[in-house]
Amino acid sequence: MGELFDVIIIGSGPAGLTAGVYTSRANLKTLMLAGEKWGGQLMLTTLVENYPGFAQGIQGPDLMYAMRQQAEKFGVMIRQENATEVNFATKPFEVNAYRGKSVIVATGAAFNWLNLPNEQRLIGRGVSSCATCDAAFFKNKKVVVVGGGDAAMEEALVLAKHAAEITIVHRRQEFRASKIMQDRVFAEPKIKIIWNAQVRDVLGESKVEGVVLTDGQTVKAEGMFVAVGHSPATKLFAGKLDLDEKSYLKRLGQKYKTMSNVDGVFISGDVHDHIYGQAVTAAGYGCEAALDAERWLAEGQS
Amino acid sequence: MLGLPWGMYIGKAMAAVNLTSADFDEKIKSGVVMVDFWAEWCGPCKMAAPVVEELSEEYKDRAVIAKVDVDAEAELSGKYGVMSIPTVILFKDGNEIGRQVGFAGKAGYVQLLAKTGL
Repeated sequence: MGELFDVIIIGSGPAGLTAGVYTSRANLKTLMLAGEKWGGQLMLTTLVENYPGFAQGIQGPDLMYAMRQQAEKFGVMIRQENATEVNFATKPFEVNAYRGKSVIVATGAAFNWLNLPNEQRLIGRGVSSCATCDAAFFKNKKVVVVGGGDAAMEEALVLAKHAAEITIVHRRQEFRASKIMQDRVFAEPKIKIIWNAQVRDVLGESKVEGVVLTDGQTVKAEGMFVAVGHSPATKLFAGKLDLDEKSYLKRLGQKYKTMSNVDGVFISGDVHDHIYGQAVTAAGYGCEAALDAERWLAEGQS
Repeated sequence: MLGLPWGMYIGKAMAAVNLTSADFDEKIKSGVVMVDFWAEWCGPCKMAAPVVEELSEEYKDRAVIAKVDVDAEAELSGKYGVMSIPTVILFKDGNEIGRQVGFAGKAGYVQLLAKTGL
């Protein structure tokens, strides 16, 4: 039988790590299944300017590293493995080869590709999901950014430091990005915007040569950066926890606000939040779930 | 940047060999060599780094696990068409036999190395 923990946290973004800080400080034996790729969405960002406490901003990966250190300091056992199997129909619950009296789900959201015919084939050959990783390879080149949220604005602004010309392709006639990010984009002379347009496919044999839009227009580019948001990472929970119509997990608790439809399974972060999606809100949700788990365990309900 | 000690995650023994354009061709021309193209400013590269170090330990008698800093070696990344990092390229006797673009966890690299029969 697998090792028994008071709390098993699935996920290692701001929600999961904050939950870990709280449960471990409450002396709950805590295991975190961090995933092979730990740290969540912030691992792919640069300067985070809206996380309170860092007046000069902080690099996303550095923020996550600091959170991880903080969680480990209080005794969270972090395993860099993906959660591949959960069983909530038994007590204690089972996650992979481990057993937990309670579980906090903090799996966050997974990156959305555009699902174009030639997109996957050209990943790493001009198609990218991470301007911070790859912008430097596009020095003095033309690139396309697809999307209209904060992530797309950041991609375009990071690329503006390297590329010759950036074209943002957005399906609506206005961005949903924050005002400050939009203003920075509008002020950057290297960035052009094509409104009300969608990409039909990306062109190129061995590397990206351009994109073709749904109206038939071709935009020449050596890079295409995708930033069209995320979808909740809930595949593992289908049929096991209640999901809403958009596949977000649902918090159904009454007494324990963050509890799912299964007693003892708590929900936190972007995996249930389709409204705010901020690092700081995710951290807040992680704290809520941890406090709920702590109280639920204290009441001896496990 | 706060300059946090990422090095702690990179492990104490830096076993992976750092390659430059001066010794790259010489180093890859025989045997199995797995090369991790990385840079300081790349978050996923920092996730990959400790895994690459682990592999260099685990495969030390069978393969050379190496790294190329793309900032210092733009020419090498250009030559091998690296446009996204981390990219790991697997060579056998000087020929590329596979590559992994983006961090895919330890399992991804083990799978890549398995292509050589290791």
